[in-house]
This record gives sequence, C-alpha cells and structure tokens, in this order.
Amino acid sequence: MSVLYVVVPLALVIVAIAVGGYLWAVRSGQMDDLETPALRVIRDDE
Amino acid sequence: MATLLAPTPVADATDTVCTHCGLPALGADAIDGPNFCCSACATAYAMINAHGLGAYHRFPERRGAAVRPSGRAFSDFDHEAFTARYVHADAAGLMHVELALEGVHCASCVWLIERVPLLVTGVAHAELDVRQARASVTWDPGATQLSDIARTLDALGYTPHPYRGGERAAMRKRDDRAMLVRIGVAGAIATNVMLAALALYTGGFNAMDRGSMQLFRWLSLALTIPALLWPGRVFFTGAWAALRTGTVHMDVPIALALGAAATRGAINTVTGSGPVYFDGVCTLVFLLLVGRFLQARGQRAATDATEQLFALAPATARVIQADGANLEVPADAVAVGALIAVHAGETIPVDGEIVAGESRLNRAILTGESDDVHVTVGDTVYAGTLNRSAALRVRVNASGEDSRIARILAQVDESARRRAPVVLLADRLASRVVAVVLVLAIVTFALWMRRSPAAAWDHAIALLIVTCPCALALATPLAMSAAVGRAARAGIFIKGGDTLESLSRPGTLVLDKTGTLTVGDTTLVSWSGDASLKPIVLALEATSSHPIAAGFRRAWPDVRASEAMQVTHTIGSGMTGVVDGRSILIGSPRFVAAELPHVAWPAWPDDASTPVIIAVDGRIAARAGFGDAIRPDALASLTTLRARGWKTLLLSGDTAAVSQRVGAALGFAPNEIFGESSPEEKAARVRSIVLATGGGHTPPCVAMVGDGVNDAAAIAAATVGIGVHGGAEASLATADVAMTRDGLAALVALTDGATRAMRVIRRNIMWAFGYNALGVALAMTGHITPLVAAIMMPVSSLTVVLGSWFGKTFTVEAR
Repeated sequence: MSVLYVVVPLALVIVAIAVGGYLWAVRSGQMDDLETPALRVIRDDE
Repeated sequence: MATLLAPTPVADATDTVCTHCGLPALGADAIDGPNFCCSACATAYAMINAHGLGAYHRFPERRGAAVRPSGRAFSDFDHEAFTARYVHADAAGLMHVELALEGVHCASCVWLIERVPLLVTGVAHAELDVRQARASVTWDPGATQLSDIARTLDALGYTPHPYRGGERAAMRKRDDRAMLVRIGVAGAIATNVMLAALALYTGGFNAMDRGSMQLFRWLSLALTIPALLWPGRVFFTGAWAALRTGTVHMDVPIALALGAAATRGAINTVTGSGPVYFDGVCTLVFLLLVGRFLQARGQRAATDATEQLFALAPATARVIQADGANLEVPADAVAVGALIAVHAGETIPVDGEIVAGESRLNRAILTGESDDVHVTVGDTVYAGTLNRSAALRVRVNASGEDSRIARILAQVDESARRRAPVVLLADRLASRVVAVVLVLAIVTFALWMRRSPAAAWDHAIALLIVTCPCALALATPLAMSAAVGRAARAGIFIKGGDTLESLSRPGTLVLDKTGTLTVGDTTLVSWSGDASLKPIVLALEATSSHPIAAGFRRAWPDVRASEAMQVTHTIGSGMTGVVDGRSILIGSPRFVAAELPHVAWPAWPDDASTPVIIAVDGRIAARAGFGDAIRPDALASLTTLRARGWKTLLLSGDTAAVSQRVGAALGFAPNEIFGESSPEEKAARVRSIVLATGGGHTPPCVAMVGDGVNDAAAIAAATVGIGVHGGAEASLATADVAMTRDGLAALVALTDGATRAMRVIRRNIMWAFGYNALGVALAMTGHITPLVAAIMMPVSSLTVVLGSWFGKTFTVEAR
C-alpha cells in the first residue's frame, strides 16, 4: 500500500492545477456571459 | 429578451418576401432582385451589403420582423452631459460606452452588431451580451462620433439607449465571480474528500492497514479545513450575523453542524478512531452553495426591471436660450418655465405645454393608444412620448423626477418593494424548522449522554448532518430553475420562482385590451366601396407614413398601386391627390365634409369602426373602417382559463364604448370591463383588487397582463405581472413573466406549467423531508452509522435533482 504515499499527493497536485485553471477562467470573465459566445462561434467564419 | 431560435417566417413560399427581414414584401414584384417590405429594410440591406457583410442575408435565423428605426438623430449622445455620465475614456484615448439595445434576439444579431466596426470607421470594438441585450462599444473619438454609431445601430433596427445601471452591474459581476469561485473550490474539495471517504468505508470492511486509514483521515482533514475557511466561511459569517442580531436563521444550524462535525472529525483523526464526517461536511458546503447560487440568480432578474425602463426617457433636452441659440442640457436638470425645442422623430424629454408648432404624437408609452394623436399650441405633452411629424416648442412644466413618467416609474419601484412580506413568511418558516432541528439535537445529546459522552457527541452530530437541509435546500431552487429553463425554451421568460407558486392556483386575471387581447395595430376591418378603388387608395397612401396608410398596405398585399400625383397632406385629417387623371380625397369624415360641403353621403351600416372616407371627382365613393382586430386565439384561451377557475377582468385606456364592444365579444360580463383608465388608475385598480382578495394564509393570485409602459405600474402592482409579445421592452422588463410567443395561448401554457412545476416542487420537498424524518429517527435511536449517513445524503439529493430535471412542467414545442 506504500504506493498510496506517492499517488495521493500526486492526485492533490493535479486537483490543485485544475482548480487553478478554473479560478483563472472565472476571474478572466469567461463565465460572465455563457450565452453569447455560443452564438458567436456559429457565425464566425462566414 | 433573447431567444436562441428565431421566430418562424410568416410568409408562404409563394409570397414575395422581403430580402432583409423575410416578411411579405408588399407591392414588390422583382423576381431576381432584392425585394423589401419597407424603406427601412431597404436601407439596412444596402448598408449591410455596401460593407461586404452580405453573408448576413444567408443566415436562416435572422430577424423575422421589419426594421423599425426610431429615426432619431441621436445628437444628444455627443453632448458633454451625456459623455460625463455614460462614457469612459481609456488610457489609449479610446472611448467606451455601454448601450442597451432594442430588438436583439438571435445569433445573427450577435454577428451583425459585433461587425459594427466594419460599418462605421473609427469603431474599434463592439461586443454584445445577448441575454442582457447590452452592447459595449469602444471607438476612437478622433475618427467618429457616438451619434454616428447610434444612428447605424438604429438603422439596423437595434435602437440604442444609454445603459444606466453600470455600477450595479459591475458589483453584480464581482458577486457572481466570487460565488462561482466558492462553488468551484467547494466542489473540487467535496469530490476528493468523497473519494477518500469511499476508501475509508471499503477499507473498514476489508481490514485496511492502520497506516493507510490514517493517511486518508489526515488527507480528508487537510482538505476540509480550507473548504470551511474559504467557501464555507459564508455560513459562519451568516450565522454570526444572525446570532448578533438575536435571530435564528438557516445558517445557524448549518454552521453548528459544520463546526461540530469538523471538530469531532478532527479529534477522531488525531486519536485515530471513530468516524470523521469530513465527506458530509464538504458535500454539504458544496450543495448549499449551489442552491444559493441558483436562488440568487432567479431573484436577480426581477431587480433589472426599472433600470431598463429608465433607458427609454431621453438623456438630454434642447433648451432655447434668450438669444435664440439651442443648448443641450441633461433632461432632469431642465428648469420649470424653460423653453425647449423638440425635433420630429425625437422623444419628448420633459412634461410641458406646446407654445409653437403642431405635430402628431405617439403617446402609447403613457396611454396605450396605438394611434398617433394630433397636438397643437396649448396642448400638454408628456416626457417619453414620441414626436412623429414636426418640430415643436414646449414650455416646461415638470422635468426629471416630477415628470409623469417618472412618477409612474416610482410607483413601479414602490410596488416592487411591497412584495417583501412573502419573503418574510418564508424566513419565518425556515427559522421554525431550524429551531426544531436544534431542539432535537439537544434532546439526542442529552438522552445519549447517560450512556456515554462519545455516543452522545456522535449521535447529535449525525443528527445535525442528516437533517441538514441539503436536499431540502436544493428541492425548491432546483425545481424552479429547471421549470424556468423549460419555460424559456417555450418562449415564456419567468423571473423569480415565487411567480410560479402564485400562478399555480387560479385567481384573478386582469387583462389590458390594446395589444394584449387585440393585435394593437390599426387594422382595416371593413370596406364599403368598389374594389376598383383599391389601387387608387394605395397610390395615395403609398406617400404617407401614417398608421392608417400602413393599415391599408397590410390589408391589401396583393393589390398593385397606381401612380399618384400632386399629393398634399393635411396633418391629422387627410390627403388629396390625382390618380389616373381623377382627383381623389381620402380622410376623416370631417375633412371630407369640409372639402366637399354640398355632396350627398351614402348610408353605411355603423360597425363601430373608425371611418376613413374616400371621395373621387367630388363624389363620396367609399368608406374604409379601421379598428383593432381581436387576436384569433383570445376567446379560446380565455374560455380555457375561465374553465380552470380564473376570474377575468378587462382594463383598458381606450374609450368605454370600444372596451365594452371588445369585452363583450370575448365573453366578459359588463361589470368586468373597465374602460378609460389612465396608467395611474390601472395601477390603483389592480392594487385594490390585490387588497380585496388578500389576507388568509395563501392569498389568491392577481395577475396583470399587459403590453405597454402604460401598464407597467399596474403590472408591478399585481401579484404577478405578465408582459405579452410585441409589448414595449419596458413592460417586458417590469413584468415577472415576459412572453415572446405570440398570442394568449401562452397564458394557458404558463398557468398549466406553473401548476405542474409546483407539483414537482411539492414532490421534491416530500422526498427530502421523508429522508430527513427517517434520518432523525435513525440518528436519535442511535442506529445511524457513518456509512448509512454517507449513502443517504447523496441519494436524497440525487432524487431531488433527477425529479427536478425530468419533471414535466412546460412543454417545449418542436420548431
């Protein structure tokens, strides 16, 4: 079971990176308007 | 209001359709070239194509409504007072403004508005928020002016208004982001602590070695501490605030349960024995935060109302100085007694009396009359009404907060605040539940204390966790937001869940006439005369922008117009001209009688419509009757609603005679019809109905259905305000429910959906409450094990989530 002492902290690091990414997304305003970007992308290349 | 799906085009494939908007193009016959229904669409089309944006016209879901520009000059947008208030300069010298736009609704709107930089040189950037119908525009003041940008948006059909709630919006954005951060962190921690808990439970059955068990315990503790200190802190500060003011609040037992469970868990971790509760603690924090977020979002939409209303009144007024020069002044700073100039096509910024000029005014915003009225020297005009045809000079009687529209808006605000009692009741009920839980926890602790302190602690904490209003807290907001989401896809926009509750039981339904029960346009309802006159009439009317002229064009889309010459217009009366060599006279009976005093008039049946007389070569030839056509689905929908137990009343600003006639046709009893009501009287009547039916435990709902700003105060005074399709954006904004689906059938769908949504909510609460009651029984008798608690919590929440999601509330029609 000693592998746990390596894998569990590693999992925590990965979680921390994911949470960091999420915080960056929220704080840079990517969650402010969830509707318009979805519409914008449909017509972008025309 | 934004919808993802465009309305279906109304034209048949065989009709000639407007190349720009897709509506039938009347009088157009070019097979290959572009056809237009009106000159505004032609202008918009030309503008779009001249800048290489022709792709717009290949989008299948573009706007299905004719372009209706306000035609304003927007010169007030360049004024210093306007700039000081709404425009911000950035470091690079670029200007930035937030504009509220009318008529935004779909993907092609996003595409077109965000390409404004291509249409107007000097615009650096334009970005649209579809849901809020708000565009933020950045431009170079050296290359263009805001009025140019505003005129371009207006010509495309998106009439801009300055957005006046900037600070509140920024604050709200900060709140939203903070909440999302808390939810995200709490969610990440909760899932990981759950994984550790899973390891502990399975390990407990399979004799996991003590070292690994301790690893997972310490890991859970290490994750739980930040979860409580960061996202979970709101519950502790909330509980502390409640205790300091001597009240009990949902936050109190939550904070108590979180604190006690975490402390006990930490002690058990250090001693290496007993359950740790951390999984429950973290899941609780996460789910409660989600519930609160959903609730806050629902309530928020309702407060947007007055902000959008204010956008309608113009920002500046043109004051005439002693030397004759014009000076633009912020509209609310104009002194009483000052003289102002109002150009044609502008909205009147103040209340006052006309001292020079005559014109046609559209007063729909205040009175709900769809027809323009003729005004001249000595008449009183009100802020917010639209000056259609000629320049006016107005002596100011009242401006800013004293103007009539501002007083109506103040009533709206007041009515909105008066809703608070419902919220208070909910709080009282919640604190009662809270008190019961606290008492039960103390009882459990005391009972088990006689056995052993450890057992007393464990069982009391287990009780607090298991009764935690996890599923209960999610039951209502989740079911409501699911129902509101389904309703939105069906074209019914509901703000705030309490609306659904009110509408789920039949009450009183108060309906506005013009625009709600009727189409609201000037419609040709009768024609007494020779069909060969139709091309002649159209020829003259083609030269007019009067609503009557538009009515003729709508009524006879297939008739080819002849050519008219020597046309003269008399404002508010009629017109003359020569068509095919014959001299033609079209106008009100008074006008025709004045022009042709000695001719005989045929006898026409009186059909209660507004007459327009046509005379050819000095002989009275035909009579056209104009009226307001009743919506085709109105009678059927009202009959259905009455059968469901709703009491219906008709409230109109129109004359008593017209109101009685329309009401009788729709099955209203004479004492259920109230005509000649001013906006203030409408609001007062609705308020008195609310008072009369109020009282009791659950007062029956009084719903006001309307479309104009003249209904806005009444809509706000009602228990539930409903704005119907095609109404002023302002009334849609004030309303608790805004419908973008045409007709009254949506009302039936709304009440049915609300009834079903409440059924889902009651079922949810029953499930959640059942689980909690069972949990209390098990915890108090000491039968609850950490494993059972851990399974019960998510299962009860999951039941509620699934129940909300698959509950059949509003029917989403396939389009």
